[in-house]
Amino acid sequence: MPAKLRLTRDQIAQRAALELPNGAYVNLGWGIPNLIADYLPKDVEVYFHSENGILGMGRRARPGEEDYDLVDAMKVPVTLIPGASFFHQADAHLMTRGGHLDVAVLGGFQVSEKGDLANWKIPGAKGPGGIGGAMDIAAGAKKLIVCMEHTTREGAPKIVRQCTYPLTGLACVDTIVSDLAVIDVKPEGLMLREMAPGWSHEELQKLTGAPLLSLGRASEMKFV
Amino acid sequence: MRHKIHSGLDSAVADIPDGARIMFGGFGGAGFPNNLIQALAQKGTKDITAISNNCGTRDGELGLMFKNGQIRHVIASFPGPHATYFQQQLAEKKVTLELVPQGILCERMRAAAAGLCAFYTTVGVGTEVAAGKEERVIDGKRCILEMPIHADYALIKAETADQLGNLTYRLAARNFNPIMAMAATTTIVEVDEIVPLGSIRPEHVVTPAIFVHRIVQAKGIRYAG
Repeated sequence: MPAKLRLTRDQIAQRAALELPNGAYVNLGWGIPNLIADYLPKDVEVYFHSENGILGMGRRARPGEEDYDLVDAMKVPVTLIPGASFFHQADAHLMTRGGHLDVAVLGGFQVSEKGDLANWKIPGAKGPGGIGGAMDIAAGAKKLIVCMEHTTREGAPKIVRQCTYPLTGLACVDTIVSDLAVIDVKPEGLMLREMAPGWSHEELQKLTGAPLLSLGRASEMKFV
Repeated sequence: MRHKIHSGLDSAVADIPDGARIMFGGFGGAGFPNNLIQALAQKGTKDITAISNNCGTRDGELGLMFKNGQIRHVIASFPGPHATYFQQQLAEKKVTLELVPQGILCERMRAAAAGLCAFYTTVGVGTEVAAGKEERVIDGKRCILEMPIHADYALIKAETADQLGNLTYRLAARNFNPIMAMAATTTIVEVDEIVPLGSIRPEHVVTPAIFVHRIVQAKGIRYAG
């Protein structure tokens, strides 16, 4: 039997983009979340926040247009949209921590069934790791979405009963968008909302380290 | 009028002693006081405690000072994938690291600036960051106690200073610079341009002159990568 299809990183970003409400203030983290800006539906306008003190960040700068005093959190030269503003890093994180952002999207190494997130250090990896803004963002976003592959490269579940990697925050994740599913973290557990085309609840459960609940049949993931 | 303008980088950093606690502005290649860092590298100040978001980009930014073995302890949020000399020094146990969430790094400096003794936050609860910190429940939420971060000096970068030391910043090169200017005992700023008094509109001043002690005009160096 041929292997079933899983979403690409761009398709995960495409699906996650549909979670952003019109007019929202949004912070996008490293990795897959950074791709989301390219996939906003035409009728949706959101305002991107960057932890280095930008609100109203636009698309990436084109060759010749780069200004290295105007970069995003990944050091990539970007542009501004009309109505943008600058502020210092303390105010940038006042926005993340203080519940002023509507949605934040982060990458993840592990998410637990209680919504704990581990996303800054892989045990045994070289060097001390780097927290950056992730803990402030995890603690304060009104809604936190995590985009990640459903399993590690070795096939181990990244959605688990309890995180074994160094934690970023406790009970902070609201929604997981993976290459196989959309899952909401609810008080009663992990609620399977959508499944990748061709996958069943039972098949997804086998690749998930914690029980997947659902109210009736989960629908098919939309990402186009 | 107080005399704050230095004609050279060397005189601006001349009194920084071994063992000083120094804040360094900059984020993502923007807003680093690279010329002041080079002057401090040349001066050879040792046993520095550095407070900075990151730990250099190869030879660039703080990289030079790690390469020279001038930094003994660093308080940082994101050392960075290209902080090669820092990584080396850390592996050889020649430097120690305190890793701090980025916004909490800001607030701990701001607490020092504001004369606050400490503050509670939910950030870092249940993580490595909470180790050894007082924990209590406030309004039903678990919180940890965070202490201020003081410094003897801040080395920062701004775009424009007037002769009093009122500062403006360019684009996102503002980042940590205004916070550090407020938190340190002595703030030394390198700027692209020194302008006459009155040419910065008072309502456009980002860092008021009270926080700025030495001003030196220098062309910024940027390190890509």
